[in-house]
Amino acid sequence: MNLTKKDDGGARSAGWSFDEIRDRWASASGIVRWPVYLLLVVGALFLPSEAIGSFMAPGGSDWPTMLSDQIAIYVLLALGLNVVVGMAGLLDLGYVAFYAVGGYTIASFSTKYGWSFWETLVLAILFSALAGVILGAPTLRLRGDYLAIVTLGFGEIVKRTAANSSYVNGPRGIQDIPHPPTLSEFEILGVQPLKYGLLDSRPYYYLLLLFIIVTIVFVKRMEGSRVGRAWASIREDEDAAELMGVPTFKFKLAAFAIGAAIGGSGGVVFAAKQSSINPNNFEFLVSALILAAVVLGGSGNIPGVILGAFVVAWLPERFRELKDYRMLIFGFVLVLMMVFRPEGLWPSRRRKAELAEGTGGMGSMGAEVAGPESAGTSAEVGK
Amino acid sequence: MLLEIRDIHVHYGKIAALKGITAAVDEGEIVTLIGANGAGKTTTLKTVSGLRPLSAGSVVFDGEDISRMPGHRRVVAGIGQAPEGRGIFPGMTVEENLLMGAYARKDSPAKELAEAYELFPRLAERKGQAGGTMSGGEQQMLAIGRALVAKPKVLLLDEPSMGLAPMLVQQIFTIIQEINRRGVTVLLVEQNAQQALQIAHRAYVLETGRVVKSAPASELLDDPEVRAAYLGGGSDVREDTPSPEGAPPSEEGAPDLQKKDGPPEAAG
Repeated sequence: MNLTKKDDGGARSAGWSFDEIRDRWASASGIVRWPVYLLLVVGALFLPSEAIGSFMAPGGSDWPTMLSDQIAIYVLLALGLNVVVGMAGLLDLGYVAFYAVGGYTIASFSTKYGWSFWETLVLAILFSALAGVILGAPTLRLRGDYLAIVTLGFGEIVKRTAANSSYVNGPRGIQDIPHPPTLSEFEILGVQPLKYGLLDSRPYYYLLLLFIIVTIVFVKRMEGSRVGRAWASIREDEDAAELMGVPTFKFKLAAFAIGAAIGGSGGVVFAAKQSSINPNNFEFLVSALILAAVVLGGSGNIPGVILGAFVVAWLPERFRELKDYRMLIFGFVLVLMMVFRPEGLWPSRRRKAELAEGTGGMGSMGAEVAGPESAGTSAEVGK
Repeated sequence: MLLEIRDIHVHYGKIAALKGITAAVDEGEIVTLIGANGAGKTTTLKTVSGLRPLSAGSVVFDGEDISRMPGHRRVVAGIGQAPEGRGIFPGMTVEENLLMGAYARKDSPAKELAEAYELFPRLAERKGQAGGTMSGGEQQMLAIGRALVAKPKVLLLDEPSMGLAPMLVQQIFTIIQEINRRGVTVLLVEQNAQQALQIAHRAYVLETGRVVKSAPASELLDDPEVRAAYLGGGSDVREDTPSPEGAPPSEEGAPDLQKKDGPPEAAG
């Protein structure tokens, strides 16, 4: 974002703001940036250590498992959904479908045809991207709420099909999905980062970390390219984008396919880690939580989305001792967040400006929510 | 003719919005479509720019039938539009908005960018400001400037005066004339019929999806029926009011019709 001016149109922010850090970061050179990136990666590598775990997961639950089975998966999925929702502005309520396609691809190809983890990974990415195109081609002519409903339906269709298809064992699901090939001789600081097994959460966390880093680099490159500009214009005003010569349909389809591919890769790791999957792993709730992560974190902004996914995945686990009340409290927190910080925990500047304009910044998402500042504009428009 | 609209029909679901509009715009002209709300002016423009599919008829641009061409390719062909409600990208800066106008261009837009800034010095002052935070008038300037950066042969303008203070309206219309003088053909849709007719060469009057009159703009300014229906003046009220909500007075109330500017100067 090169919004260098200080005035961002009074996007109101209750609470803290990252603006100053962001501005300094935006003008920072590579010499400043690379050490920070390095530091973040090192921090991520040490995240599963016991010292951090004792605070993050005190209640006896295993912190590395929480990281690999919940948090890292959610971060990866949220990054994928962010391409669709945050960058292209398309509301997808059935994102879990692509996660399922990825999971079922490795499950069936590895158990039936003996494909290895890495082979199925490539195939799963292709399949889920294809699923994105198949879903997108007929439906991306719809907008906003209509698209949301169709994607919601698609998520259910994929789940029901899996539950009713004997090829993938219906509701019983598929068991004995192989782990990635293990290299147990390889050991650093008492950790075997390449030893994969049901109880080896740390290696899986590192695997997901690798996926996450690759995804971030890829998405970041996209964002700065012509593709990213096209997505931004579609998100902000689809008709105007078309009038600027942006092939909107093509780019929406690309966003769907890329988001789907990322979701599919998450499904592959999930299935390998659990070593068994069934249709109930792919509930609508997953789509809803991932979307909550994106919106809560600050849709369109990669660090924000990661933070959002972390919070959404970690909070309910952290407060397990509250038992049945934790989801209630979690829901309440989400509502409060959206009331007091509708732009998300860590939004991008651009998104704040979009929100101030009053479209909610989701472009064609349909909900023309009046932003806090829109009273000023309408006063002028009024005759 | 640079742009020919041949008997186009457009439907929203089952409802016919356009029931056979035929119009043409010659190179170098300013042509205006006037009419009440719901007459089909905006739909006509959207059909020309490719945002609405047509169910019958054809649109011919520069000798080529573009009826089935997707909107984004029509931009490359030379049709630029400043859409209804301006369509500014709110999160992008003024400069980023203008550069979006050059999205489909392969060459450098530097010259057109400079020209847009020269036409609208206000935009140059606000290069780095987010589009969504600008005033209505500035956004309109940005919308027109952005369309010009695409280097269009014909510029479609949808209600550029909407919601603007009278002084700004005057300014926008002067700039439209200036753009036309520089060789851009203009198809202008306006509710503000008075102003539109004063700068246009020719005009079409639309009523419920049909063209009911077409004439040189100066003639329509004197036409008693048009004056009664769209210019908010004249004692000779028409017997048949076109539509229930039809014939709203022009926005500034009763305009001074005695100020007759005559036909606009011929464009170069």
